[in-house]
Amino acid sequence: MNYVIIGNSAAAVGGIEGIRRVDREGLITIVGEEPYHVYGRPLISYLLEGKTDAERMKYRPGDFYEKNGCELKKGVAAVKIDAKKKTVALENGEVMPYGRLLIATGARPFVPRIRGLEKYEYHTFMTLGDALKLKAKTDAVKNAKVLIFGAGLIGLKCAEAIYKRVSEITVVDMADRVLPSILDAESSALIKAHLESRGIKFLLSADVSPDDFQFDILCVCTGVTPETAVAKDAGLEIGRGIFIDKNSRTGDPYIYAAGDCTESFSAVTGRRGVTPILPNAYIQGETAGINMAGGSAEYDGAMPMNAIGFFGKHILTAGIYEGEEIKRGSFAAASASDLSSVSACTLKKLFVKDGGLKGFIFIDDFKRAGIYTALVRERRDISGLDADALIENAGLNFYPKEFRDEVLKRRESRQGIYAGENLL
Amino acid sequence: MKKIYVQEEWCLKCRLCEYICAYANSGFKDIAAALKDKPINTRITVEESGRISYAVSCRHCDEPSCVKSCISGALEKVDGVVKIDKDKCVGCFTCVLACPYGAIAAGEDGAAMKCELCVENSGGSPMCVKYCPNRAIILE
Amino acid sequence: MPINYDDNIYEVTRDRERCIDCRVCERQCANLVHAYSSELGRMTSDSMSCVDCQRCVSLCPARALKIIKNPNVYRDNANWNDAAIKSVYKQAGSGGVLLSSMGTPEPYPVYWDRILVNASQVTNPSIDPLREPMETRVALGVKPQNAERNGRGELINTLRNPMVLSVPIMFSAMSYGSISYNAHKSLAAAAEKLGIFYNTGEGGLHKDFYRYGKNTIVQVASGRFGVFKEYLDAGAAIEIKMGQGAKPGIGGHLPGEKIVEDVSRTRMIPMGTDAISPAPHHDIYSIEDLRQLVFSLKEAVNYSKPVIVKIAAVHNVAAIASGIARSGADVIAIDGFRGGTGAAPTRIRDNVGIPIELALACVDERLRGEGIRNEVSLVVGGSIRNSADVVKAIALGADAVYVATGALLALGCHLCRSCHLGKCNWGIATQNPELVKRLNPEVGSERLVNLVTAWKHEIEEMMGGMGINSIEALKGNRLMLRGIGLNRKELDILGVKHAGE
Repeated sequence: MNYVIIGNSAAAVGGIEGIRRVDREGLITIVGEEPYHVYGRPLISYLLEGKTDAERMKYRPGDFYEKNGCELKKGVAAVKIDAKKKTVALENGEVMPYGRLLIATGARPFVPRIRGLEKYEYHTFMTLGDALKLKAKTDAVKNAKVLIFGAGLIGLKCAEAIYKRVSEITVVDMADRVLPSILDAESSALIKAHLESRGIKFLLSADVSPDDFQFDILCVCTGVTPETAVAKDAGLEIGRGIFIDKNSRTGDPYIYAAGDCTESFSAVTGRRGVTPILPNAYIQGETAGINMAGGSAEYDGAMPMNAIGFFGKHILTAGIYEGEEIKRGSFAAASASDLSSVSACTLKKLFVKDGGLKGFIFIDDFKRAGIYTALVRERRDISGLDADALIENAGLNFYPKEFRDEVLKRRESRQGIYAGENLL
Repeated sequence: MKKIYVQEEWCLKCRLCEYICAYANSGFKDIAAALKDKPINTRITVEESGRISYAVSCRHCDEPSCVKSCISGALEKVDGVVKIDKDKCVGCFTCVLACPYGAIAAGEDGAAMKCELCVENSGGSPMCVKYCPNRAIILE
Repeated sequence: MPINYDDNIYEVTRDRERCIDCRVCERQCANLVHAYSSELGRMTSDSMSCVDCQRCVSLCPARALKIIKNPNVYRDNANWNDAAIKSVYKQAGSGGVLLSSMGTPEPYPVYWDRILVNASQVTNPSIDPLREPMETRVALGVKPQNAERNGRGELINTLRNPMVLSVPIMFSAMSYGSISYNAHKSLAAAAEKLGIFYNTGEGGLHKDFYRYGKNTIVQVASGRFGVFKEYLDAGAAIEIKMGQGAKPGIGGHLPGEKIVEDVSRTRMIPMGTDAISPAPHHDIYSIEDLRQLVFSLKEAVNYSKPVIVKIAAVHNVAAIASGIARSGADVIAIDGFRGGTGAAPTRIRDNVGIPIELALACVDERLRGEGIRNEVSLVVGGSIRNSADVVKAIALGADAVYVATGALLALGCHLCRSCHLGKCNWGIATQNPELVKRLNPEVGSERLVNLVTAWKHEIEEMMGGMGINSIEALKGNRLMLRGIGLNRKELDILGVKHAGE
């Protein structure tokens, strides 16, 4: 079998590793538009901060492609899929036949209509290329004033990334709060105050134009949108993203898709949508890979889940924020105005509905958070747990005993103290 | 590959494993030097509820969701052991969010911290197993 | 607060430099000696409740704890020593009988330590047990007077229901109730693995342990707890307990707190009621009565199992043994006064009975003299502490030994002698489930197997040194023994010469 993977990030790596779990032989060709070895995309902000470097941010070791029998075509884009002929055309004119194809094209920055934007040079912040460009710019312009459009994950990560390289950062957004995709109003207020305590300025609920500001560098970090252009004529079902099932299959039996370029139905949230997070990309890629190679794998569905930090403050969230709130922590809405103390505040929130945990938001208090993630993902019945135990004492005691035994206990057959034969 | 198993009927809630773990991973030769008046950075946690108690540490899963979720490629399963490359870890704690057993925690150094079966510390083999006074934690 | 006349005997000392405040000691002490003081921000200890069981010391990861004798002293007095004074304080306060556990700690002579073992030189070569066969197996029960052979010259086995032991060591009676389920399981599993026997004691046999039946001696004592047909059928031998070395002449008393659900079911008595074993068997007032019970039991199991009669070593033990040998018993077990107990009145334990060495020597001598030594086997207990004690006991005439205190030590017992308090921190002499679980039988049985295996190696070494290659050839071979520092009377009773003779 010959495999072609379009894209060279987490979903592609998942695809390669998935294929290799089943098929050690078939040739895998990776077509990557970016001219780099695969890197952890969310690490670009750490790169600018100096917390990692080009070598350490490699998502897989240098010999990864070679070890996995892959041919990497980097710096070349795929432009068209011919599903009938089962070929992919590259921008350099090359036409590649495939046995199975994985579309892992990811996303591209989404730039909304902003009045006056066309007059300015602006940066986006998604790829290593973007990061290097921005780095060069901040090197070139000393003590720059920066204007960032977008107070979401990308915008704020961008702000943190360049914080020490510039003199002033202003973040503007049409939304009324920061990180609206992962935080509720209260937790958002905490993070905003924390960032303000570092001197970052915010202008929210603001329908503004760059013309209204004085700045040296302009960044547009208003989100991403699935990159589906290459699939456009392949006859696949495309909504916001390429639609895939729980096997990472598209409608075409020879074409799979995974990661930020896709949308899928999530049994966990009960919703269909795009979940552009790295763990999702990898697992969908791996699921695709296993199935492409003739194995069998299912992914019960993407689930919103984010772990992110800003200036030492860690946010871990998952699921959806519906239902009854259970809350702990030192942050009260009032403290949002007290910038000196807000950075030490913690906040822990659970959202419970119909006897199940729907989602949570943890800020700087996230011990054993994954147990909550599992409760959400596996839609476990938690009606037997009281609120205190649930929020304060995360443990395997949240699971049924049988599950715990299965996880922890040695197999019965190996048990029993002595076989019974005489030693002497 | 041998795995750690936990027999809750023999766990005594003594919590020695937690302290021994912190010690084994401290780099200190003397346990008092390692732990006296210091935070206990343990990679194993004793859970107690009523009469029941048991220690939980990394299960080194066949399908490790921490490894699959890691944004930097710092987590890798090598010879049956899920290991963390502290050099690559940027401390985003996606792994903490992903581990269904709560077996990964934030370490003092800002990187994630988890059980690596003592393969690389002074222990050489799991110290929690060696020091469990009642063989509630076993390796087999 | 009333005056505290009785000072604590032991003092817990904590090396502040080393204590890491992990609170393991606190979690492990059932006597609540250790506590973390949030006011002081560190661990504290209340030595008043300490029984010196060493659990905390053994588990302290930082080796910060030591238990020392309380340096507080009363005025020196060889007659009214501290123990004597404290006993008075205690009884003046309580008005009760003093209770103790395990064997007497008083400094009576230990004859094992005054007996030396021989070795071969030049004329009679020693044997290397690593190169040559060494037989440690023994069979207990009635032995034939003569060896009989078949036409091909092979020995005819005429043994009737013998108890075959891979090594002449058995775990002596400790009842379920006095010791925990896990302690019992450890003994049972180890006996099975070792090919020896353990003894249920007088508390019946838990259903879970019927599977170890072929390595089990089931005991019938004066309280007859848990005795019924299935119980007798379950074991490989039946022991009638007439007495116990630690408390000859008195019965037993297991307090109601220890009669928890499982113990109650096993003993067949109501939960929470005291289990009182009468001092005598109310149906035995003579050897003839004993003979009746021996045969009743044999009848009950269709003469398929040997019967052991266990007595405490008392002054006229030889005559009593002679009687027992004629009662139809297959084995006589004699328990010396240094033997252990789960609870006994202190004064009885420390003042009644005689040492096992002397009892064994005189019983063996008497039975030989009467020509009935082959009619019974002799098993002795009451402080067999090591393999050398075993070798000396065999050479003095025993067929096998009973070990209990040594077995408990293997399970973790530190001889704090507080069994009667029911709060054994090692999970042995307790029925508190939180404490019982501290003894994982997998670990316990392994340690017992190790102990007996080690002793077996040592016995082989010592026998080999004497040029002897089987237990049978060592048995009653008193020429292999010499006394050291013993007077003529003691040597006479032991039937051994003095070193140099």
